[in-house]
Amino acid sequence: MRDGREAGEGLALRDLAAGRTAGADGYIRCPVDATTWSRLCDGCAGGQQDLQALWADGGTMCLALGDREYALRAIVSLATDAGRYPSVASRHRPALRLERAMRDLYGVEPVGLPDPRPWLDHGRWPGRQGDAPYPFLPVEGEGLHQIPVGPVHAGIIEPGHFRFTANGETVVRLEERLGYVHKGVEGLMAGASIENGARLAGRISGDSTVAYAWAFARAVEAALGWTPPARAVLLRAVMAELERVAHHIGDVGAICNDASVVAIHASCAVQREDVLAVAGACFGHRLMMDCIVPGGVAVDLSPDGVGRIRGLLARLEATRSDVLRVYDSMPSLQDRTVTTGIVSPALVRQYAAGGFVGRASGRAFDARKSFAYAPYDQVDFALKVRSGGDVDARLLVRLDEIGESLAILAQLLGRLAPGAIRSDRPAVSSGEGAGLIEAFRGDVFVDVRVLDGRLARVHARDASWFQWPLLEAAIEGNIVADFPLCNKSFNCSYSGHDL
Amino acid sequence: MRTFLLDALTKGKATIPAPGPDAAALAEAARALGERGRQRLGRSLAIREIDAGSCNGCELEIHAVNNPIYDAERFGLRFVASPRHADVLLVTGPVTWNMREALLRTYHATPEPRWVVALGDCAVDCGVFAGSPAVVGPLADILPVDLHVPGCPPAPLAIVKALLALMEVQA
Repeated sequence: MRDGREAGEGLALRDLAAGRTAGADGYIRCPVDATTWSRLCDGCAGGQQDLQALWADGGTMCLALGDREYALRAIVSLATDAGRYPSVASRHRPALRLERAMRDLYGVEPVGLPDPRPWLDHGRWPGRQGDAPYPFLPVEGEGLHQIPVGPVHAGIIEPGHFRFTANGETVVRLEERLGYVHKGVEGLMAGASIENGARLAGRISGDSTVAYAWAFARAVEAALGWTPPARAVLLRAVMAELERVAHHIGDVGAICNDASVVAIHASCAVQREDVLAVAGACFGHRLMMDCIVPGGVAVDLSPDGVGRIRGLLARLEATRSDVLRVYDSMPSLQDRTVTTGIVSPALVRQYAAGGFVGRASGRAFDARKSFAYAPYDQVDFALKVRSGGDVDARLLVRLDEIGESLAILAQLLGRLAPGAIRSDRPAVSSGEGAGLIEAFRGDVFVDVRVLDGRLARVHARDASWFQWPLLEAAIEGNIVADFPLCNKSFNCSYSGHDL
Repeated sequence: MRTFLLDALTKGKATIPAPGPDAAALAEAARALGERGRQRLGRSLAIREIDAGSCNGCELEIHAVNNPIYDAERFGLRFVASPRHADVLLVTGPVTWNMREALLRTYHATPEPRWVVALGDCAVDCGVFAGSPAVVGPLADILPVDLHVPGCPPAPLAIVKALLALMEVQA
């Protein structure tokens, strides 16, 4: 993978960062030359720092890196030679799909890219249509058969294609093909007003609308030196935790449903509906879309709303312990989840996989803790980590996290003081900023460049980019029938990935 | 597990009372079906959902339609796994170029008579994604649409009422 390069050649972020100061968003920004760029990529491969994001901005490539041990983050930029630059994936494989996507969307040419097949470009876009079939990776061996699934799936889920190669019942390889819901979000954002950008950010992945709106708001606020009022910051976290518990409880039920335990599913679905109904009553939108805006929040929480959320917390805690008790008492259910779809700690580290996918395989990363942002720097909660790496561990991490979210919500409500919920936009009209927010599924990253009051470039990176490839690894050696369980236990976003 | 199930039995049902069909949806569905000749299928609809480019917000609310609170299945509204079993295609999202072919193939795999419902602002008029070169256009540009259900996303109750309206005129 590293082309026989000597270990130790990699450059650590902490060495690069020495003597440099971070901006308001916590990111050090610095241009680098091609050699430093490549050495930083080697550092990623050597485990010295995590790759957070990679994107093209005009003729410049940008690489976001993070070192949680030293609480360091940086965005390094490399001027390309008419789009040509040294491939990151040739040194650090987790960048592969990011580079294939950037190549499709922006025409940049990563030199040495190990897999030059298109990724988001399916040969369907106007002016670029072609009939060439997508070359899936060849699989050879006796007794193998292939099962193509999708893009339209059997359930009510997003579209994507899964190409299984199986030997009897056992999956020997899964190859994913994504990009079906590519809507050109970044293209629409470029040149848009900040208000329209916020609405688009809230629709990158509907299930993480709060997290994306928050990440976008933080990025814009960092770029323009805009400070949201204290009450707004607390309300943002209230929304984010409601979003988290709604999806956690819903997915726990859905995983059990895939193992045919409908009773738990029904109970979780009722609880999830309770959360969304409370959110709708408190903030005027069940998913809380467009409630977080740059400069603060668009809707205030009434004292009546505080009471509703407090009532919800008590009901949720009861359901959580019920579900945990029933789950623990059913060996037939655990028979389906324990040791199913294992992801190794090494892979999770290599891909810097966020969220419960990482935490269920021992990666103690949570943006709320690792790069704590307000108000989480003032909130008391535990980072829940397990080591099994299987469906069971991912499910239990999520149940653990519901408990933590309930505790967080109680603290946030207790600290709410009357005050403004939105501040005025400052006179500054240009700048750059980034935001890293922990969505229910993992950290989402948004970088914005504002020019003369409008968005010049916005890049959004979903947690799914570093989780989808691990699903391919998780299913290997499992039976085809366990794929729904594995897939549900990941619950990656298609829309957030395809953009 | 035993106490869990007993609890569910003794606590009373979570399901809300049946809503009536949505008036506007009823009028639109009646118009659409009137033009094409009414077909009688009995009081049930088999629905195939297709995400043709949505942000997944609509999918979350369609899921909610099936939860015990709204319990769409009590009205004969059943979500099926294959277009070959479906009466209705429930389509979300601004249709992307990358999903266009799969959408058309799914449509042609659905036996007639079939109805197409555009669910959510994106399927109705592309919503916030209007103008993107990666998007073909509103669903009505690609398929004949019998019913529009606006909203970003439409609430579960609105979805149930719209589907009830479709069933009402169709029965």
